[in-house]
Amino acid sequence: MNALKNLVDKVKPHFEKGGKLEKFHSVFDGFETFLFVPNTTSKRGTHIHDAIDSKRTMVMVIIALIPALLFGMYNTGYQHFLAIGQQVSFLDTFIFGALAVLPLIVVAYGVGLGIEFIVAQIKGHEIQEGFLVSGMLIPLIVPIDTPLWMVGVATAFAVVFAKEVFGGTGMNIFNVALVTRAFLFFAYPTYMSGDVVWVRTSDTFGLGAGNVVDAYAGATPLGQVATSATTDVNLVNIIKEPISFIDGFIGLIPGSVGETSTLAILIGAALLLITRIASWKTMFSVFAGGALMALVFNTWGPDTAAAHFPWYNHLVFGGFAFGAVFMATDPVTSARTETGKWIYGALIGAMAIIIRVLNPGYPEGMMLAILLLNIFAPLIDYYVVEANIKSRLKRAKTN
Amino acid sequence: MSKLISDKTKEIFLGPLGKNNPVTVQVLGICSALAVTSKLEPAIVMGLSVTIIVAFSNVIISLLRNTIPNRIRIIVQLVVVAALVTVVSEILKAFAYDVSVQLSVYIGLIITNCILMGRLEAFAMSNKPWESFVDGLGNGFGYAWILVAVAFFRELTGSGSLLGFKVIPQAFYQAGYVNNGLMILPPMALILVACIIWIHRARNKELQEK
Repeated sequence: MNALKNLVDKVKPHFEKGGKLEKFHSVFDGFETFLFVPNTTSKRGTHIHDAIDSKRTMVMVIIALIPALLFGMYNTGYQHFLAIGQQVSFLDTFIFGALAVLPLIVVAYGVGLGIEFIVAQIKGHEIQEGFLVSGMLIPLIVPIDTPLWMVGVATAFAVVFAKEVFGGTGMNIFNVALVTRAFLFFAYPTYMSGDVVWVRTSDTFGLGAGNVVDAYAGATPLGQVATSATTDVNLVNIIKEPISFIDGFIGLIPGSVGETSTLAILIGAALLLITRIASWKTMFSVFAGGALMALVFNTWGPDTAAAHFPWYNHLVFGGFAFGAVFMATDPVTSARTETGKWIYGALIGAMAIIIRVLNPGYPEGMMLAILLLNIFAPLIDYYVVEANIKSRLKRAKTN
Repeated sequence: MSKLISDKTKEIFLGPLGKNNPVTVQVLGICSALAVTSKLEPAIVMGLSVTIIVAFSNVIISLLRNTIPNRIRIIVQLVVVAALVTVVSEILKAFAYDVSVQLSVYIGLIITNCILMGRLEAFAMSNKPWESFVDGLGNGFGYAWILVAVAFFRELTGSGSLLGFKVIPQAFYQAGYVNNGLMILPPMALILVACIIWIHRARNKELQEK
């Protein structure tokens, strides 16, 4: 650490005013403050100082995402070798998955940070750290076989139109990673849904070549539910072996890279809750709202497989848990009042289940539910604040 | 003989094409800009129709301007516009049936296009017929070029074609290129119009609010 600090201090004068690399001050500043907590403080106004700043917060979220990422890598390899019917060691499985996921991460970060750096240079302000988390979320919420150029186009679109036009990090109305996914979903629907994109059946950089086994069918559990002809659906994995709640919880099932394992997501959730970065109210109420809505459909719903999909299964299959833990709790786009968080979370959960059950076109509703509630978050906050003002006025008058 | 087209007339014509564009500056006529721009051909027809209707209704209202009682002027304007819209709609049905089917209700809805009422109220009611005609042409073309620009990008990226002809080579598709389905959906029209407004304001600093 000390050696790193010395190096940073040594090159620092070049980037200061008058130095030969002055133009790149914002880039340097971005890296320096990423590595070390800055020792400059605000000079005007009242400020509360805390050891944690937004860069440290972002890094914590990244750490919380690592279990889901690592599991996603392993699962990508696992599904691949399951599809081609080969038995390989744990390490080979993981390496295959890591090589498959890595390009997605590189493209998402490369494009997103590239735009952030350019915008920072043009506007002459510091590089904002918001993309650190978005860039990690994007690879985790797309199918493994999404073409890389699509990820690049979608990331560029989302960073420019969902973030920079609103004023950059902290000003965006919509969750940037979800806008990326929504763009992909509506622009290239055949690459984002259906039953061929969730499992990589071809080789990755020459590794793991093989032919798909006869029994192979790549539909996700929710895809099977959506296309089921009977109300009672028997979930199967990609080689037609039955799966149940516990498989959904552990996550060795087809799906977007990071969303399959509820277990890995919950480890991340625990970290976010212990460090108090995410709000437990939002997180809990998303699950509660979703469970309640699914129970309502289980009891009184129409005669479709989606409506009769048990409520506990709704919570572990698809992107529900991932959305609840990492997307709904985004501090920028979610409700900020404490009461508002309950309402916001519960509505996300309920809306996600409603879309899953009542719209056969969308087997998964979490993305649309969160984006929808992102719009309403300020409204919810507004009415919570208004209600508080009213009740306090009432109290003041009666006394 | 004085100049055929005076500087003032020129300004009346050129203003709406650039600095005073009805769509990008006054933000009028957005609804039809979203509805008809997924393909280039209907956008061009729509642009021309609106241009013709604005120009001629401007002339007619300008000729009548001194005889219209103030209290019923909106009704008179509507009658004139409605008559012209009906004529254009019938002509399209007779000579360009396919396009008129694609445009469906939007030709009829030109009656409610804000640009029309805006020009009639703001310009034709207080200017001479020739100037009004030029103003109508200017605003019509100002509207049309935005539509055509938006439709150009939407059809190119959304369907890979222009005016129905495939322009993106087959080799691209074989290499993995896919048409962008989002471009066909209405939200992208809004975003593209926003991009044009963005560029427009960046180039004309006086349009930016302080």
